[in-house]
Parts: sequence; C-alpha cells; structure tokens
Amino acid sequence: MVSTAWDIAATVPDPELPMLTLADLGILRDVDETGGRVTVTITPTYSGCPAMREISHDLQHQLRRAGYDEVCVRTALAPAWSSDWITAEGRRKLAAAGVAPPNPAGPARGPIPLTLTPRLRSVTCPHCGSAETVETAAFSATACKALYRCTACAEPFEYVKEI
Amino acid sequence: MGASMSDEGGTPYDGLTDEHGEDHRWAFGTGFTDPLEGIDTSVPHGMEAPELAAYCLALGDDALIYSHRLQQWITRMPELEEETALGNIALDLLGQARMLLARAGSIDGRTEDELAFFRAEKEFRNVRLVERRDEDFAELVGRLLVFSTWRLALFDHLRDAADPVLAAIAAKGVKELTYHRDYAAQWVVRLGDGTELSHERMQGALDRLWPLVDELFTPRAGDLADPARLRGEVDVVLDTVFATAGLDRPDGAPLAFVGGRAGRDGVHTEALGYVLAELQSVARAHPDATW
Repeated sequence: MVSTAWDIAATVPDPELPMLTLADLGILRDVDETGGRVTVTITPTYSGCPAMREISHDLQHQLRRAGYDEVCVRTALAPAWSSDWITAEGRRKLAAAGVAPPNPAGPARGPIPLTLTPRLRSVTCPHCGSAETVETAAFSATACKALYRCTACAEPFEYVKEI
Repeated sequence: MGASMSDEGGTPYDGLTDEHGEDHRWAFGTGFTDPLEGIDTSVPHGMEAPELAAYCLALGDDALIYSHRLQQWITRMPELEEETALGNIALDLLGQARMLLARAGSIDGRTEDELAFFRAEKEFRNVRLVERRDEDFAELVGRLLVFSTWRLALFDHLRDAADPVLAAIAAKGVKELTYHRDYAAQWVVRLGDGTELSHERMQGALDRLWPLVDELFTPRAGDLADPARLRGEVDVVLDTVFATAGLDRPDGAPLAFVGGRAGRDGVHTEALGYVLAELQSVARAHPDATW
C-alpha cells in the first residue's frame, strides 16, 4: 500500500520546474501510510522557496482524489537538499525542456572555496549539444539557476546550479 | 493550484473569494504555513531554552533586516542580471529569517509574524551593519561581502550546533551563502581592480562600512561559535579579496557601543526605525489580515 501513495505523490509536478515531478527533483523524502493516514515528507530546495505551500496543497489534493482521506504533509530540513538528488530521469527532462542539468555538487563538508571568477563548469548547450558555453549571470529567474549562453548556436539558456 | 481549480471547472478568479476555504489562495506564493511544519522543535537536554531562542532570534533579525535593505535595491540595479541576483539573495535570507524566527518562536510561544511585525525597534537584536542604507553600488557589494563572509563562517560552525533545528537551518544556509559570498567578492574585485573611479568608490565604501565590522565579533554569553576564531576565518577571506582587488583593509575605529550596548542589546542606529516603518506598516494597519 505504501507504494501506491508514493506513486501518487511522486507524480505531482513541481510548481517552479513543472517539467519535473517532486520525485524527479528529489524533494519527496518519504511517504508513510499507517492506518489509512498518509504522511508525506518534503524538503525545500532553498530556504526561501515560495512554493512549499503550493506543493503541500497539490499533494493533499491529489492524494485525496485518489481516496486517501487523511493526508499530512510535513517538512524535513536535514539533510539539506542537494542538486545531486535530481534523478537521471529528471536530468533528461530538464535538458529536453532547454534547461541544462546540474554538475555534481562538491563535498558536503570541508573548506568552502572562495571563487573570484565565474565558476568554470563543463555545461553542454541543451539546444545544440555544444560544450562551448559561458556563464552570463550567476543567478536567474530563480535562485536555483544560472544564466548561460552557447557560443556555438548563440542561444541563451538556464543551468540548474550545483548545490 | 491552477491545475486543481481547472479540475473543478472554476475560473482563476474563484480564488479571490473566501468560498473555497483554506485550500485556495489568490496568487502563487501567498498563504504561509509554519516553515518548521512537522519538525520536532523540542529543545535538547543540556541546552538553555531562553538562550537558544535569543540566539536564533538575533540571527533571524540579521537576515530579516538585511533582506529588506537588499529588497529596496529592486528596480534600482544597473542591470537586469544584477537585479535577479539580488532578488534571489534577498529571498534566500528571508527564508533563513523565517526559519530562525520560527525556531525562536517555537521556544517562547510567538509566531514568526508576531516577531517580524509586532516588535518595537529596541526589541530587535540585529547587528548594526545590516540597518544602514547603501549609499552606492560599491557599498552594496562591500556590505554583502562582509555580511555573507561572516555569516557563512558562522553557519559553517553552527552545522554542529547541539540543537538539530538550528544545525539544519545552518547547513542549508551554508550552500546559499557560498553563492552570495562569491557574487559579492567578484564585484568587489571588479570594482577595486577596475577604473580609477571605481577603485576610489570601492575603497570609500569599505572605509564607511568598517566601523560596523567589530561588532560582529564581540563575545556574548551564549555564543555557539568562538568569535576570535570566527574573526580569523573571516579575515583570511576578506584579505584574499582585498589583495586581489588592490584594496586596502580599512583601519577606521569601530563605531562606539552605547553604555556597552549595541545591536544585539537592542541599541540601534537611527536607520533601523525607517526599515521597520516600511516593513511593519501593512501588518500593523491590518493586524488580522491573512495573506
């Protein structure tokens, strides 16, 4: 039975990256079904994520529609979300939507490097596949993305930052 | 939300009325729930609850007031890319403020809204560095460099705090502050190592900020990170940035405390009153409103 509630919760789209489901994005941490009551645990991507309430409503709505009357959505802060949790399927969907998926995040602990020039990353253009790309801005429409430009096809695109 | 309304055959305007109850809101991002929903907020054994609440409140106030000052730059930035950067940095800090105020409130029985909107100036515990309005873009990136370098070093220590809630908030914040610090440091280097004019403006901004730096490292009862050690870590980073930028570390005298008291004791500069007047006016005019 747990897998059923999980399957429903897992298909709910993220409000800000609607090409991804909550499971693709890696923010769905746990779905527990005990005695007819479903408890869904989600984690925010960033501290200021304005979508947590929307996500909670969408989860409650979809699970109620599937016949689960008692639904509780709770937050977990630890461990903090990492872009490494975006699934392989999620990465494919991002690229297909024109958004470059993140590089691996650095180690969770240890010295935090200071970067005095734009970060050097290997980012492939989601439009033409060229590796000749440059960062044009470290932040984009949301905190989780940077702006890039492809020097081969000249198209701008967004890149989900490693975090 | 849009999807759930269309499923029921309604229009986007249905959410403007109250008929749909709690589940529908008039716009994306409105309607707030406790940012610590479902998290165990009991205070671990061996920790002084009032001391932990005061500590979280101070760190939350730093982020709340500074986020507001950053938001005041929106529509005034030189380029759209800088505006989105600053908007996102301010949003990260607002998120940190909400969780820290909620953590403080979970101990002393107040909500984040009560703490943000219904406290008087002397009840705020932020450092004075975050209250001032930036005089120019150089001061904006200089203050952001000092603030994010200090907060990143502090949060790095707080990841090991005995309180698991504070430790989790800090661990999350570290990832965000790393990007904030890089953004500010890159601009300080660009301006310091730029033209004669940009160099002069950047050095002038640091000179104006510097009297407010000492307060960040003033030892206090209940400190969860050693201020002397923190200062050493912060100095290494700032010196690296200044050396790369060709800037001098200012040596101006610290802004005096008043009878031994400063921001953490509720003694602020005149600038805070203006921030609070703007920040709190809507909530105070409509104390029972929800949004």
